[in-house]
Amino acid sequence: MLKIENLHVSIKGKEILKGVNLEINKGEVHAIMGPNGTGKSTLASVIAGKEVFDVTEGSITYNGKNLLDMSIEDRAREGIFIGFQYPVEIPGVSITNFMKTSLEEIRRYRGLEPLSELEFRKLMKEKAKIVELTEKLSNRSVNEGFSGGEKKRNEIFQMAMLEPQLSILDETDSGLDIDALRIVANGVTKLKSPENSTVVITHYQRLLDYIVPDYIHVLFDGKIVKSGPKELALELEKRGYDWIKQEYEQNKLQ
Amino acid sequence: MTPFTQYIQELYEEVKGQLPGNEIPEIADLRQNGLQSLLEKDFSIFKKENKQIFEERVANTCGLKPQLTPPPYRPVEEYFHCKVKDIDTKMCIFLNGWYVHNGMPLVVEENGTIIGSLFEALKQYPKLVLPYLLAEASKKEDSLSALNRALFNDGLFIYVPDNVAVEKPIQLISLTDSDQDLLLHNRNLIVVGKNARLSFMQCDDSIQYKRSFINNVTKIFLAEDSSLSYYKMENKNPESLLFNEVDVEQKGHSQFYSNAMTFNTGYLRNKINVFLTEPFASTKMYGLYLVDKKQHVDNQIFIDHEVPDCDSYQLYKGIVDDEAVAHFLGHVLVRQDAQHTVASQTNRNMTLTDEARVTSKPFLEIYADDVKCNHGTTVGQLDEEAMYYLRTRGICEVNARRLLMLAFANEIADFIEIDSLKARYKEMIRKRLNGELTICDQCVLHCPHLG
Repeated sequence: MLKIENLHVSIKGKEILKGVNLEINKGEVHAIMGPNGTGKSTLASVIAGKEVFDVTEGSITYNGKNLLDMSIEDRAREGIFIGFQYPVEIPGVSITNFMKTSLEEIRRYRGLEPLSELEFRKLMKEKAKIVELTEKLSNRSVNEGFSGGEKKRNEIFQMAMLEPQLSILDETDSGLDIDALRIVANGVTKLKSPENSTVVITHYQRLLDYIVPDYIHVLFDGKIVKSGPKELALELEKRGYDWIKQEYEQNKLQ
Repeated sequence: MTPFTQYIQELYEEVKGQLPGNEIPEIADLRQNGLQSLLEKDFSIFKKENKQIFEERVANTCGLKPQLTPPPYRPVEEYFHCKVKDIDTKMCIFLNGWYVHNGMPLVVEENGTIIGSLFEALKQYPKLVLPYLLAEASKKEDSLSALNRALFNDGLFIYVPDNVAVEKPIQLISLTDSDQDLLLHNRNLIVVGKNARLSFMQCDDSIQYKRSFINNVTKIFLAEDSSLSYYKMENKNPESLLFNEVDVEQKGHSQFYSNAMTFNTGYLRNKINVFLTEPFASTKMYGLYLVDKKQHVDNQIFIDHEVPDCDSYQLYKGIVDDEAVAHFLGHVLVRQDAQHTVASQTNRNMTLTDEARVTSKPFLEIYADDVKCNHGTTVGQLDEEAMYYLRTRGICEVNARRLLMLAFANEIADFIEIDSLKARYKEMIRKRLNGELTICDQCVLHCPHLG
């Protein structure tokens, strides 16, 4: 579904990603872990299409198409969803109006008729339940005055509404108390199907107790330096990242 | 002396015999003094602030003639259709500066409210009307209000007796529809009695694309415990030159609320002067301007806190596109005695091009020491982070921009207290930002010339 090959990315001349390789197939859950400042969020932003980053080398292919050629909105319409670490507040735009516009455009791109008012409201109600959002929230402005937990739940709610094929959740667990974490993680688990894939970016193992990954990758110094099964997360939790760093430095010397 | 002032002086001498009310000595004096004041002021402040506009637009109106007689009566339906249909208002229409009525220039409602032509009211109720008309013209009189005083031909008069709450909003619609260029001066007078209540809407619209110079003054007197909600809407053609001055005098515990929306204009100046003359008077003002092309909008506010314990609040927002120009000048004066004043003033602007220009001058002048006052102004572009966020949800750039502009503008509409009017304004804002509302595709007006 998604194939990243030798991806090099810079911002203002500073290289952040230095040759990332990653392949994600249908139905898989991947976790990308690693210490702060190693390029995890950059990877998510480049997949989303954020314009401040320069891709200097390598490629990203999504369902056989060159993802890097697509506009931000077309990537979303093709089925990519990014759950943000810090969702932006948009005063004056109600969640209802936002989701209606979003869904309409995505459906039009896919050649589908817009939903009727009734269908739309039903869908909103149904999806809000997944992350235990009250309907009251839907009349409020996007993220304005939301608590940290509400913002993250709102991200997963949007994910539920848009039914993406590939979801990339960037530090969705950061700043959440244990109840909010459970709600968010349950939401993600409920949305899982053999047809869609999820990439979870995190630096704690905690989230992975709820969202069980098929593969774990460790991003360090702009590269994926280690990949393994879910057990790798437990080892990272126990031993920290230092042994990975040492292993990486040693390999570099050799 | 500027050639324009000279022109006005000559014009005044030529037409003064035909100006209404001149048989009343006080009115003749009022006019003569107005002219005198204009000759002294000679647009010097206007020129200082807005030289280019003065030279290109104002001075250019030499030769325009006032309409000295009302146009023949035509049923309103023939040329005007108000689609604000879910808002039940009592409609008063002025066509080219003259009150449109069919033999009923003045109406007294069952509750005693008087509505109609100012000069008719002066004829029928001189003791009631004359003192208000002669009340100190304006403590902030400038060349334009002096010009209005010299040349005004008529205006709307509303009197709400003590303890009367007028249920239906009164709507004043000023239309211009002429195949000649127009020079118009209306002077409206609104008196709201003690503990009385009124909602008043004022709309300025053009039907034809002719040059016009409109210079209106509305004087408002709010007695103790009274309240007035004032809604203003402008949708004018690009050749129009529109000056609106509103002077409000507030007594104790009175409330003044205003919401002014500008959707299209040529050159527009909206000036509001509020005089808080007794304690516990309160004033709230909201404004929105959406201008593009070469439109020019100028909002000037002066609030005079003369006495203690009053509060004033201002929030003005604007979106300025293309080469349009917006000025905001807000002056809050807190006099030495005006302790416990609460005053707030905010102006927020969004510019969409490099050529769009905004000047914002918030100005607090405070002589009392126990007050709470704040002011703030911003000029910015669309929030890039919000744009990005919306686009990652599949929303194209154009629609993302629209959503954000709509959100920015709707904040002002949200402060409208009449629900049906709020919905109507939001619809107009949406249409305006979609580029669907131009002066000949009005949702308020049907243009008879384009079907």
